[in-house]
Amino acid sequence: MIKVTNLTKKFGSNVSLDNINCEFKKNESIALMGANGAGKTTLVRSIMGYYHPNSGEVLINGFNPIKNRLDVLDHISFVPQLPPPIKLSIHELMEYIEVSAKVDKELIKHYANEMKLDINANINKSFFKLSGGMKQKLLIAISLAKKSNIIIYDEPTANLDPKARDDFYRLLKQNEEDKVLLFVTHRLEEVRDLVNRQIYMDLGKIVSDERF
Amino acid sequence: MKNLLLIAYLDLKESIRAKWFVVYSLVFGGLIALFFIAGVTESQVMGFSGLSRLLLMYIQITIVILPIFILITTVRSISGDRDSHVLEYMLSFPISLKQYYWGKVIGRFITVFLPVFFAMVIAVVYGALKGAAIPWSIFFLYTGLLFAMSSAFLGIAFFISSFVKSSEVALGLSFFIWIFLLAFIDIALISLMMQERMSSGLIIFISLINPMEIFRVAAISLFDPQLTVMGPVAFYILDSMSQTVFVLVSIGYPLMLGLMFAFLGYKIFEKKDLV
Repeated sequence: MIKVTNLTKKFGSNVSLDNINCEFKKNESIALMGANGAGKTTLVRSIMGYYHPNSGEVLINGFNPIKNRLDVLDHISFVPQLPPPIKLSIHELMEYIEVSAKVDKELIKHYANEMKLDINANINKSFFKLSGGMKQKLLIAISLAKKSNIIIYDEPTANLDPKARDDFYRLLKQNEEDKVLLFVTHRLEEVRDLVNRQIYMDLGKIVSDERF
Repeated sequence: MKNLLLIAYLDLKESIRAKWFVVYSLVFGGLIALFFIAGVTESQVMGFSGLSRLLLMYIQITIVILPIFILITTVRSISGDRDSHVLEYMLSFPISLKQYYWGKVIGRFITVFLPVFFAMVIAVVYGALKGAAIPWSIFFLYTGLLFAMSSAFLGIAFFISSFVKSSEVALGLSFFIWIFLLAFIDIALISLMMQERMSSGLIIFISLINPMEIFRVAAISLFDPQLTVMGPVAFYILDSMSQTVFVLVSIGYPLMLGLMFAFLGYKIFEKKDLV
């Protein structure tokens, strides 16, 4: 599903990704690990088509994420590490997602409910006024409701309490079939039960790639 | 098209809720209210009276404050979203960059244009209720000029927003552009004119490529072209081209300038790293 070939990305003189090669296939669940500045986020952003590579390429189901942005993003769900301060109300945000990605609002509400988040009680609140945990739960609910083949989570449980983490793991287990799950994380123990592959990055290179 | 309108609609809703929009609307609405309270419509100076005088005063103040208002409120539109990682999340959905960018431009244009326009409409309605004669030609000219001026500075703001990485730099650049167009160009040109290093025609041409200057001259072009009232640039221009042609240029040129900058901004937005 995701094929990264000889990918190099530089910011000025700093090489953030140094000739990366990797492939993520259906039913793989990957923990992408490494110290700060190892290149994890740059790799994820390159997969999402946010960065123009200096050399090499990324293909998602055979499509280039920059040239075929819509075809690629149709198949990707993304949850960032820190929920951004979106000023739209929850209702407006869901409207944006419903129109742009054809995601059923009721399905978002269903998954939010599973995460113990009552959307209807907060529907007219600005997204940024929700608590950190509530924001994260909503973003997770959106990512699941989108029914993508590729789900990318950047430290998804950072703002969640233990109960919410359990709900999150349970929902992921129910939705992992035929998908690529990519977790950017510093703590393997948090996703150990979910992943079957571990990639460790350092200084823009993949230094280990284990399947288990 | 659906996505474009959705982005415009959401940006409009978000802007209307923002504190800057309240201040923005109060400033322009407050100006009109202040003029009525101060009895501007009853006074007569240099032949301007009633609503004409009120609209002229309104437009002269607008020349100074509208560009900076548009620049500082709009320049963070994309760079602010980039800064705060909002762009990263919003663009993780299948929406084209073209729809996102132009949707933001349309939404923001409506937000910045409507308050200045409605302030004028309120003035005209209130003036009519008080029995004043409505200067329709001035009203339509100023509507066109405000539309063109808003386009010009909105385009410039989106252009800056597309390439600047941080909001602070974007704000700094906005202030520089505003003060440069407002004062420095005139000071430099007056100095050149006094030293007689360049022909006066060239100096006036340079002056007129400044959208704020063309706006200023056009705003007084319907009045009696007396040098004492209008200043040398306006006098020279209205002496050398017909009023109708100049009015069309003064609306068409800033409009094209705004579209050109907005388009350049889009090209940069499309070609650069998004986050």
